[in-house]
Parts: sequence; structure tokens; C-alpha cells
Amino acid sequence: MDSKPSDTVPYPVKILVAGGFGVGKTTLVGAVSEIRPLQTEELLTEQSVGVDDTSGVERKTTTTVAMDFGRITLSERLILYLFGTPGQDRFWFMWDELAEGALGAVVLADTRRLAECFPAVDYFERRGLPFIVGVNCFEDGYDYAPGEISAALDLSPDIPVLLCDVRMRESGKQVLTTLVRHVIARRAQRTAGAASG
Amino acid sequence: MTGPGNEWFDEDAGPLVRSYALTRGRARPVTREAFDMMAVIEARGRPSFSQAGIGPEHLAILELCRRPLPVAEISGQLHLPLVVVRVLLGDLLDQRLIGVMRPRREEAPGADGVVTEQLLREVLHGLEAL
Repeated sequence: MDSKPSDTVPYPVKILVAGGFGVGKTTLVGAVSEIRPLQTEELLTEQSVGVDDTSGVERKTTTTVAMDFGRITLSERLILYLFGTPGQDRFWFMWDELAEGALGAVVLADTRRLAECFPAVDYFERRGLPFIVGVNCFEDGYDYAPGEISAALDLSPDIPVLLCDVRMRESGKQVLTTLVRHVIARRAQRTAGAASG
Repeated sequence: MTGPGNEWFDEDAGPLVRSYALTRGRARPVTREAFDMMAVIEARGRPSFSQAGIGPEHLAILELCRRPLPVAEISGQLHLPLVVVRVLLGDLLDQRLIGVMRPRREEAPGADGVVTEQLLREVLHGLEAL
């Protein structure tokens, strides 16, 4: 094969940014990315058998799902890609490859429309992909404490919930470091759990 | 979408027509390589003059991948859907014009998809140093 193990291979890792429409996913990606966010799209085909079709002919529906992404070069060989699901798209959940191998996910929430992040929370819980919740503070948003958000989302108490302003690079950085620390802590916990049980 | 071939874009049909024109109707690469969106591609050669089956998009990929780049970034930079990029990469791999680079085994995500703690710490340190 043409594959070669090498020291010079850049190693890309990915983190997902999910949440409801207009919550600031692409803004967060843009705030921390070293490039202007790029877009990639995938054509997803879903097979479905026609309900009223006695011949049982399979119908296929094709959906185009687009993702904005940014890049952060962390070291000579380590590159972080941040993928944000664009607003109205409800179909990114079909794009399993996106979550495959991801380090974790940030679910962005808007207190005015908290329910919009439920699908993302559900998806990551079901997949077992570690995630944190970032509450993007809009000026006219309601003032809730992270604990209240956590309770409203019915999150396990060890899942960090933090307030953020995704327009600010420092705030975006804090969201990402909180996620990675959570991923590390969760691993340590699991290892300990496996050793004792 | 801009560039050559744009005249084939049909608003009603969406971008599909152009995508499949670029891949000559193919939805899958000719090779067995699946080209994961995070697989890193590097140009390994230059096509000989008028090499069969090599179009402007193939050349654009080779130009872009003189520096190793993941598949997702090729798609983003060339404004081509992943499905198209994968087919074009398959052609290039088939003609040995690109290499798919893999990280060393100990750094790769484990079989269960879990990354190593060392890698996570490196990511954390990198983020903190920004």
C-alpha cells in the first residue's frame, strides 16, 4: 500500500459543535479557528420501504448535509478540526462518520430556546460520546445558573455546564479546554471503575 | 459553486448533476480505500501529460495536497462534496499519484474508538497554549 507510518504525518482530531438553530455554532468555530470556516457536505442516502407500496420496492431519499468547520494547529503534528452543524439541519444525526473517532462534543444552548438542544444531548448520550454544554449568553437571554440548566436538561451531574460568549476567542478556548478535561476525567473514572468492578 | 462546469448547474436539480458529471456518474471510489474524512492525503507524483482520466479537479487536488491535508479540508477548500472528493481521490490513488498517510499505531484511536490519554493531554496543552 501507499500508506506509511511516519513522524511527519499530521494527526487530525475532531470535536463537534452541535445545538439548535442560531445558537452560535459557526460563530464559536470562527472565533477559535485559524482559518475562515470552510464548509464540507455529504450526500446521505436513506433507504425506506414504501408504506403503501405492495411490491415492497425500496425508495431512497437523498439528503445533503453541510458542515462548517475550522482548524486549530495545536502542535507540529496535531491539528484540531472543529465541526459545527449548520442551523436548520436536522439530518446531521444521520452522518455517523462525523461522530466516529471524535474526541467529544460541545452542545451549545440558548436559554430562550433550551429545548432545541435536546436532540443533540440525546444523540451524544446514546452514542456514548463525551460532551459538555455551553450556554451562550445572549444579551436578552434569561439569567439561569449552570445548575438550573443542567437540571432542565436532565444531565448527569458530572457533565460540565458553563456560561460562554462564543464571539470571544478566550471564551471559546475555555469551552474547548473544559470539554477536553471532561473527556480525560471520564476516561480516568472508567478506568478506575473497570479496575474495581 | 463557481469555476469551469458551472454551466451544468441546474437550480432545480441542485448540485447533484454537477457532482456526478465530475465523477462521470460514479458514487464510489474505484479503490477499496474508503477515505475517511480525517484521512490525510499527500500528493506523491505528477500525472504525465494528458494522462487518461485526469481532469482539472484531480489536478487541483494534487496541487492542494503538496502539503498533506485531511479529506474534509480538500472538500472544503475545493468546494466539492465529500462524495465527489472520494471518487476523485480513488482515481488518484489508483494511478499512484497520492498517498494516504496514517499515524503511528500507538497514536491512533483504539479499536473501540477511544483515543489515548497521552493524545488528549497533548490536545489540552495545545489549547491552553493558544
